[in-house]
Amino acid sequence: MSAYDKVLLARAKGRPTGLSYIENIFTDFIELHGDRRFADDPAIVGGIARLDDLPVTVLCMEKGSDTKDRVRRNFGSPNPEGYRKALRLMKQAEKFGRPVVCFVDTSGAFCGLGAEERGQGQAIAENLLELSSLRVPVVSVLVGEGGSGGALALAVADRVWILENAIYSVISPEGCASILWKDAKRVRDAAECMKLTAEDMLELGVVEEIFPEEKDPTATYEALAAALREALPQLLALSPQDLLEQRYRRFRQF
Amino acid sequence: MVNLMGLFRSPQNELEKGGTEVEGIRNVCPRCGVSITLSEQEENLNTCPHCGHHFRMSPRERVAYLTDEDTFEELFEEVRGRDVLGFPGYEQKLRNARLASREKEGVLCGVGDIEGEKAALFFMDPSFMMGSMGTAVGEKITRLFEYAAGLSLPVIGYTVSGGARMQEGILSLMQMAKTSAALKRHSDGGNLYISVLTDPTTGGVTASFAMDGDIILAEPDATVGFAGARVIEQTIRKKLPQGFQKAEFLLEHGFVDRIVPRSEQRATLAQLLRLHRKRGDVL
Repeated sequence: MSAYDKVLLARAKGRPTGLSYIENIFTDFIELHGDRRFADDPAIVGGIARLDDLPVTVLCMEKGSDTKDRVRRNFGSPNPEGYRKALRLMKQAEKFGRPVVCFVDTSGAFCGLGAEERGQGQAIAENLLELSSLRVPVVSVLVGEGGSGGALALAVADRVWILENAIYSVISPEGCASILWKDAKRVRDAAECMKLTAEDMLELGVVEEIFPEEKDPTATYEALAAALREALPQLLALSPQDLLEQRYRRFRQF
Repeated sequence: MVNLMGLFRSPQNELEKGGTEVEGIRNVCPRCGVSITLSEQEENLNTCPHCGHHFRMSPRERVAYLTDEDTFEELFEEVRGRDVLGFPGYEQKLRNARLASREKEGVLCGVGDIEGEKAALFFMDPSFMMGSMGTAVGEKITRLFEYAAGLSLPVIGYTVSGGARMQEGILSLMQMAKTSAALKRHSDGGNLYISVLTDPTTGGVTASFAMDGDIILAEPDATVGFAGARVIEQTIRKKLPQGFQKAEFLLEHGFVDRIVPRSEQRATLAQLLRLHRKRGDVL
């Protein structure tokens, strides 16, 4: 399968979206809204849920379930208030000692007038800064498109995992082809050169683990739940100092 | 086949066309259209003496203007980017960038004094692949924050960047996380970081250390934003308002502390450094 085929799979309409992972892996999910500054961004969903007995703050990008929902959620492209809501809930998790689990699926942070007026760059920058020192465990799972800084804003984590058909890239292959070769049609070449598949991520040390996918996503939900049951207690057992030192080294290596 | 295209850029002014005397060589200001001599431009810190337009400036020119004579020591010059992903054409692009900028990589780091106040300094380079952030740029900036944290020195960083260095793929993205983490440690040590946004500061640099300054300054009229204006216009299918993503626009929306013309930057930075002297520092 070519890299571009993976891109198409990662974007496929029938693919489970962020909320499906929250709903199928956790119980007792209660959604919490708003960034307390400007608005509630439906492109990012967050709240508290339970993994067995363990309360966890959960966050995801949500692309939407049908056309109307997709429009409402801006096709999963967050505005600054989405990142600020995520940060608010992460800081809340830190206060109450809850681990944070993020499901990342976005073509990128939204490129719009309002997004720039409200500081899209600043919002992402602040998340990167604060996540690097958040004193509770963070696990991020790339479940679809990992579109650049807009994805990274929820993926500065102690463990980063990726699904078999998800991608992670610094720019879309379309953007890369049009900037480098002034030819958006060379998107297949761009996808190949950029190294954006799950295998590439594992090879480059960007992720710790790849989770296989089948037609029925139940097995993937179960595998992720099992992996979280193993990883979260391990990470919770570390002192905050050790946890942050490990997270620092994890990103320092690149 | 070696691609020679782009190795030689076309002459930008009379001097580069083969003139030998700076006196009398003229550039046309892109803003006011007035013809100015190169020596006038240089005397004015690479700004237009008529309308104040700020031309782009190389890191070494900035060092010469900002730091006290013979105080600047370059750091980490040995760090340079390489083609980790085997991206077609990247090695050649790096060679061209090194020729065009006469630098090894897209950021110059060091320590120096500004009116006697010592600081760690970084200057991104507009002529090195438009300040794009790859592993070497990220590594040098990370090392600078680590170095400054170890010595409790303030950091002043001049940003200019077209964004990520696509040829380094996801490793370029990881630089945003890496630099942010080092910056946070420096910050948690109670140390000052001032970012100075220059034209253009965009993409991943805006979404990381450019916007993380305790104090954020900007040069007049500098374009600063996350997404490129063309991409935004294509996304929202509307014309963008005049002045969109200019430094003045960011000031108005609360994302920049002050706009400081180049001629005042040295005094402003020195004043801010003095105001952040730590108790117990020798005066």
